Amino acid sequence: MEWQEYLIKYGKVFLVGGAVCLIGQILINRTKMTSARILVTFLLLGVALEAFGVFKYIKEWGGAGITAPITGFGALLAKGAVEGSRISLFHAVTFGLSNVSAGLTAAIVCGFFVALIFKPKPKKL
Amino acid sequence: MDGKSYCEYVSKTAPRTSELKTLLAAFAIGGLICMIGEGFSDLYAFLLPEAEESVRGSLTSATMIFFGALFTGFGIYDKIGGVAGAGSIVPITGFANSIASPAMEFRREGIIFGLMAKMFVIAGPVIVTGIVSSVIVGVIYRIIAIV
Repeated sequence: MEWQEYLIKYGKVFLVGGAVCLIGQILINRTKMTSARILVTFLLLGVALEAFGVFKYIKEWGGAGITAPITGFGALLAKGAVEGSRISLFHAVTFGLSNVSAGLTAAIVCGFFVALIFKPKPKKL
Repeated sequence: MDGKSYCEYVSKTAPRTSELKTLLAAFAIGGLICMIGEGFSDLYAFLLPEAEESVRGSLTSATMIFFGALFTGFGIYDKIGGVAGAGSIVPITGFANSIASPAMEFRREGIIFGLMAKMFVIAGPVIVTGIVSSVIVGVIYRIIAIV
């Protein structure tokens, strides 16, 4: 790929990723939502976008702009469920979690060791 | 002063960052973090051209999560979060931060009931929502597939 193509590709990622976070910030400013509610909302958004088949089009255009936010996590869950549903009910129910097992394992293991190794910084008020 | 007028007093006198500034910061830093994600995705495509796309995707998100947790450990991520707001919460690094941060905070209450239990204060609802909704999607799609 030429450098101009990279520039355009990364520009699109920036635009889509920035837009997703901008929506999150508007929600925080307007509704005083906590970070847990924001994460849950965008996760469900990702699940819905994938379940209705819209996610892949946004991903084609914006790449990591939609997959790096928590929406990508939700989309992976839903994608696993949709793919599993073609095989059997068992796969439909279990493939969602299998699809995000890498991310979930990384988050729990990294969180565990970080908390063992690092001391929390005193919070400045 | 009753409760309502006190709330009005607080909202009047509390320091206020202009809304435009918070929106711009969220957009810029959120976009930047996603660009880093795209960078790792390209890096893995270069290093592991044979691997399946789903494997590279999982590696990318695991890498982002690793750095999110590590920067939380150094106390850098919370500093970014003070400026970026949703720009640091919504990316997957924010999910890692939501696990590592309370785990560190409650480490002093013991490993099991502090660290291990409290690491899911924010991530717990996220994981439960994710699994329940994916099961619902799977069951609905299975019914459609049969019918």
